[in-house]
Amino acid sequence: MAWSDVGLTTLLWVLEILAIAVPVALSVAYITYAERRVIGWVQVRKGCNRVGPHGLLQPLADGLKLFLKETIIPTNSNKLLFVAAPVIALIPALVAFAVVPFGETTFFNVWETTHTMAIADLNVGILYIMAISSLSIYGILIGGWASNSKYALIGAVRATCQMISYEIAMGFALVCVLMLSGSMNLSAIVHAQDGGFWHWYIIPLFPMFLVYFISGCAETGRTPFDLIEGEAELVAGHMVEYSGMWFATFSLAEYGALILISLMTSILFLGGWNAPIPALDFIPGTIWLLAKTSFFIFVFIWIRATFPRYRYDQMMRLGWKVFLPWTLAWIAVLGIFTYTPFLSDIIGYYQPWRP
Amino acid sequence: MLEAGFFYLFAGLAVLSGAGVVLVRNTMYSVLWLIFCFFNSAGLFFLLDAEFIGIVLILIYVGAVMVLFMFVIMMLEVNREKYKEMSLQYLPAGAMIAIILLIEFIGASASGVFNTETIAAVGHLGKDVNNTVEIGKILYTQYLLGFEIAAIILLVALVGAIVLTLRTRKDAKYQNMTKQVKTRREDRVRKVRLES
Repeated sequence: MAWSDVGLTTLLWVLEILAIAVPVALSVAYITYAERRVIGWVQVRKGCNRVGPHGLLQPLADGLKLFLKETIIPTNSNKLLFVAAPVIALIPALVAFAVVPFGETTFFNVWETTHTMAIADLNVGILYIMAISSLSIYGILIGGWASNSKYALIGAVRATCQMISYEIAMGFALVCVLMLSGSMNLSAIVHAQDGGFWHWYIIPLFPMFLVYFISGCAETGRTPFDLIEGEAELVAGHMVEYSGMWFATFSLAEYGALILISLMTSILFLGGWNAPIPALDFIPGTIWLLAKTSFFIFVFIWIRATFPRYRYDQMMRLGWKVFLPWTLAWIAVLGIFTYTPFLSDIIGYYQPWRP
Repeated sequence: MLEAGFFYLFAGLAVLSGAGVVLVRNTMYSVLWLIFCFFNSAGLFFLLDAEFIGIVLILIYVGAVMVLFMFVIMMLEVNREKYKEMSLQYLPAGAMIAIILLIEFIGASASGVFNTETIAAVGHLGKDVNNTVEIGKILYTQYLLGFEIAAIILLVALVGAIVLTLRTRKDAKYQNMTKQVKTRREDRVRKVRLES
């Protein structure tokens, strides 16, 4: 390979990465805006509507404010890890987007075959997402420890317990999807749900869809599971000591994870870039995927506006005593359905790997 | 060439971070070095086309085991002075393990098992070979017994850990969800007529 080729490939990679990272960062800014407006609407008040038309410039003003604020580093903190923690939290949130397929394209008929719009179309896409999202805990854990503050430490410990508990239920929900699709490649999973909403996995796996979505809510530490931050007792959990840009980096990671969970829910259970009925195929797949994702983000905000926070033991009970048996039982049900004659004809409709 | 470059990068960083784990004073830094070491080992697996093992290494070790390590270490208060006194005490045992390992490594590399001629596939397999599928096939057919035994041992360990730590405190109050949900108004509220 000539050096010019290496340079060209690198440039293409950089462009691909920017094409995903920049929209994610921008949409994070506008999700905060949407969150404030939607919660305002739910609570019968205005929300932010002063900066720019309908308050649309508010996220930019907020960004500028956070950027200009002083970064305070506590004297007795571990300075290196204190500064590194928000970055460690942000990296997995962005890196996970590498395998998400945003659709399929022939690049306006320039290419002869269709390509998947993902930076890396890995064979082990689902495992990659699981592995990377399980790393997001480190930023919180390190930040909580390095702050050398009791609230931050308690917040970090709570966050760890919560994420480990809900990761298991989430993993088992994914196993159910794998049992139907027969592949861990995300674009293969979308192709397994081709052709109308009656092929989507939300129908045979509706309980798993709920488990995955609620666990995702707990993973990202959103209300009703935001005990990590629980401002009444912990002020702001692991973020107590952070200010300015470093605080913003933490929220960037948090909202990035929120977008990722919404994307994954649409890909795994709602047919990804497929239109609900084949007649609507003329609308590009990417628009469908983003529309489904936006709907789930809206549901997250809706949940935040309406549900009170869980108590800690109740949350642990939900993860271990409700979701875990539920998902395990569903795996058994799927297995029995797959290998029992007659029943296998019903489930076989959703299993493209069946000969 | 590029592949060799990546190999030396990952292997070198793995060795470096392995040394970092034992040389660094702060236990928190040790854990971070260990995590970095796992990442580099995962990189080596990727170079060998073993993407499943690489990802699982990150998922299990970095995503779960090391989180628990860090969790425990965060709570520890390490006494540096005492630590220094104790470190010499473990030197003979540690040195012995190191020497045994060194002999083993030299023996293994000289035995000829790892020569390029004897390894089945030196080059890369095609993109259609999915090593998750291959591992699954071989694990659930040929090595099923070993797999099941390992699973049972893990289950026993799990049950053992729960049995050892399970204790019901008499003074603590526990919540019974079923009872709470089933409670009706009549169970709690009583109408009393007071004579005035």
